[in-house]
Amino acid sequence: MNSKTFAAFVGPSIFLMLLFIAAPLISVFLQSFYLTQPVFETVQVETCTPGFPTQTCVTETKTQPILGDDGKIVTTVKYVGLESYRNVLEPDRAWAALKAFDIGALLTIDFWKALRFTLTFTLVTLPLVIGVGLAIAITVNNATRMIRGPIIFVSLLPFIITPVIGALSIRWLFIGDGIMTAFLEWWLARDISMFAQGWTIELLMMFYRVWHVAPFAFVVFYAGLQTVNQDTLESAMIDGASRWERLRYVVIPHLMPLIVFISLIHLMDSYRVFEEIVGFSSQAYRISLQWLTYDFLTPDDSGNRSISRASASAMLTMIGIVVLLVPLLRKTWRDHKGGKV
Amino acid sequence: MLKKLLLASAMTLAVTGAASACDFENTTTIKSLSAGFEAWKAVTTEMAKCGNFEAELDQEFRTKQPAAFAADPALYQIGGVANGTLVPLMNEGTVRPLDDLVEKYGQNLTPNQLIKVDGKIMAIAMMVNAQHLMYREDILTDLGIPVPKTYDEVLAAAAKIKEAGVVDYPIGGTFQTGWNLGEEFVNMYLGMGGTFFAEDNTPTIENAEGIASLEMLKKLTEYMDPEYLVSDSTYVQQQFQQGKIAMANLWASRAGAMDDPDESQVVGKVKMAGAPTANARAASTLWWDGMVIAKNITDEEAEAAFRVAMNGLTPEMVKANNDAAVWLVQGYEPGPLAQGVVQTAEAGALPYPASSQMGLMHTALGNGVADYLTGAKDAETTLKDIAGAYTTSAKEAGLIK
Repeated sequence: MNSKTFAAFVGPSIFLMLLFIAAPLISVFLQSFYLTQPVFETVQVETCTPGFPTQTCVTETKTQPILGDDGKIVTTVKYVGLESYRNVLEPDRAWAALKAFDIGALLTIDFWKALRFTLTFTLVTLPLVIGVGLAIAITVNNATRMIRGPIIFVSLLPFIITPVIGALSIRWLFIGDGIMTAFLEWWLARDISMFAQGWTIELLMMFYRVWHVAPFAFVVFYAGLQTVNQDTLESAMIDGASRWERLRYVVIPHLMPLIVFISLIHLMDSYRVFEEIVGFSSQAYRISLQWLTYDFLTPDDSGNRSISRASASAMLTMIGIVVLLVPLLRKTWRDHKGGKV
Repeated sequence: MLKKLLLASAMTLAVTGAASACDFENTTTIKSLSAGFEAWKAVTTEMAKCGNFEAELDQEFRTKQPAAFAADPALYQIGGVANGTLVPLMNEGTVRPLDDLVEKYGQNLTPNQLIKVDGKIMAIAMMVNAQHLMYREDILTDLGIPVPKTYDEVLAAAAKIKEAGVVDYPIGGTFQTGWNLGEEFVNMYLGMGGTFFAEDNTPTIENAEGIASLEMLKKLTEYMDPEYLVSDSTYVQQQFQQGKIAMANLWASRAGAMDDPDESQVVGKVKMAGAPTANARAASTLWWDGMVIAKNITDEEAEAAFRVAMNGLTPEMVKANNDAAVWLVQGYEPGPLAQGVVQTAEAGALPYPASSQMGLMHTALGNGVADYLTGAKDAETTLKDIAGAYTTSAKEAGLIK
C-alpha cells in the first residue's frame, strides 16, 4: 500500500481521534490548572417563604454573584497551578498519616480511600476473570458438540446485560430481605445484612464484575483454543504429558498474547469502576476514583460544581491507568520487537 | 432506586387537551419543566386545559433547568422549583419578578404563596413539604406509649418497641449517604439550635450542637435496619407499608402511600405527627414547591405563561387532588395526612436555608456524616473533616476569600 492510500484510509480515524479524544483531554488537562470563579458581592436580602399560619420572612446577609450588563454572571479565571491537585490529594494530611503509620487515617481521605478500593478491585478481579474465562472456554471446548451451543449462549448472557441493570439486579437479590439474603439466612440460620458493612459490599461488587466480564474472556479464549496446533498436542500426548501438563506447556503459552490482551482491556475497564458504586449505592463504605470525578462534577441543589477538581481527579485517574498498563505494554513491545508475536 | 431510575429516564409527559376549565384560550406556545411527582402531574394536567401547553416532568430537572433558563430565548417559559433549586436561577438572574402579573391575574393567590426576595415576588408556591413523624398508632397504643414529642422520647419509645419485639426495627430513617443523610443532619442540627455559617461564609459546625446532632443520629441508627446507609425515602416508605418499622421521620409527600391498599399492609394504622423536637425546636426543615417564569422571554409570553400557571392552581384542582400534597392553594382542606406538616411548622421548624453555601455544605455533610455512623472517625474529627471539605469547595467556588 503506498503512503497516499494509507493516509486516505487512516486520515478520518486520526481526525476523529484528535477531535473526540485528544482535544477533550488537552482541555481537561488545561482546566485542571485554572479556576473559574464568579465575582461575589455581599448583600442584605429579605426572603419570605410559606409558613403556618402566615409567611416567615428572614433578613440575612447573602453572598451572591454579580451580574454583568449582558445579564450573565461576571467571572474571573485565574491560574492556580497544582492547587486543584493538592485539594484532591490532600498531601499534608496523607503525609502526616503515613508518618504516623496510620493507614486508617490515610483511608479517611477521599482520594486515597478511592485509590485503595480501585486498586484492590482491579487487581483481585483480574486473575479471577482470566481464570474463570479460561475455565469456561476449556470446559466448552471439551463438551460434546450437541450441548456446546446452549452452553455458549448461557455463558454469554451476563455480558449482554447492561452494566447498571446487572448491578441493580444483584443488589436487589441481596438488599434487605432479598431472595438471596433470605436464603442465606435460612441456610446459615443467622441474621445477615449484606449492605451494613463495607467488606460484604466489596465482595458483592467483585463477584458482580467477574460474573459480568468473564464471558468476554471466555469468548476470546475459546476462539484462541480453536487455533491450538493439534500436532503439538498429539506429540505431547505421545510423550506422556498429562492433561494439566498439556494445558500448562502447550495451551497457555499459545494463548499468552490473548491473556495479555484481556489483561490490558480489563485493567483499563476496571480501573474506571463506576457502575458498581452507583448500582450498589456503596458511597458510604466504598468509593472509586471514577465516582470521585463524577461527584465533583454533579451540581448540587444550588448549582455548584467543582470543574477544576474534577479535571484534576480525571487526570490522576488517567495517570493511574497508564502506570498500571506500563508493564504489560513493555512486555508486548519487547515481544513485538523480538518478532515473537 | 427503581422509582428514581424510572423517572430519571427523562419521563416526558406531553399533554394537550381541550380547553374546558380554563378561563381563557391560550394561543402562545408554553412549555414547563418541573419535577415529576404526583402534585406536579395534577397541576400540569389542569394547566394543559388552556391549550398550547406542554409539560416536561423530569426528576433530573435540577441539572437541566439552569442551562435551559439561561438560554435566550429560554427553552421553557415556566419552571417548577423548590427552596434549593430556586438558588441557581436567582444567582444567574434568569427568572423575572412577578409583581405586575400577580396584581393583574393573581386574584386567587393567598399571601402565603408569594415567595418574596428583597420585596419582589420571584416565585409562586403551591405546596409545602417537610419530614415529620409517622408512627404505627396500633403499636404505640398496645404498648401504652404516648406519641413522642422529642427525640429523647423517640429513643425511649424505640427501646420499648424493641423490647416488645413487635416489628423488625423500631425506627426507619432516610439515611442514604449523599443528599438524604445530609438532610438528616441539617434537620437535627437546626433542631439543636445550630447555625452553619459565620458572616464571612466560613463553617461554624464544629461545636457542641454539631456533636450532639451526630450523637443523636447515631443513637437512632441503633434501632434501625443495619443497612440504613442505603435506605432512601422509597425504601423507608416500603418498610412502613410492609409493617417492618414502627416510626420514621418521613416526607409528608409519602404520607398518602401509607393508606394505598394496593401497596400497603398497614392501611389506616399509620398516623402523622409533628417532627420530634431536639434541644431548640422541631428537628425538620420546611420546603416549598412552586413556579417561576423565565426572564429571557417576551412579555406577552410571560403573561400567557402566568395565566396558564394560574389555571393550574385552582380550587377545583385542589378539590380533585386533595391528598396528593399539603397544598397552599385556596380550597385546600387539611386532612389527617396534613397534620404532620402543620404541627412541625407550629413547633418552630425553620425553612430550609437554601443558598450557594448551603448547597456545598449539604454535599459535604452528605458525604462526611457516614464516617461517624460507621465508627471510622470520632465526632470531632468528622465535623472537622466536613468543615474542611466545605472550606475547600467554598474557596474553589469563590465564596470564601
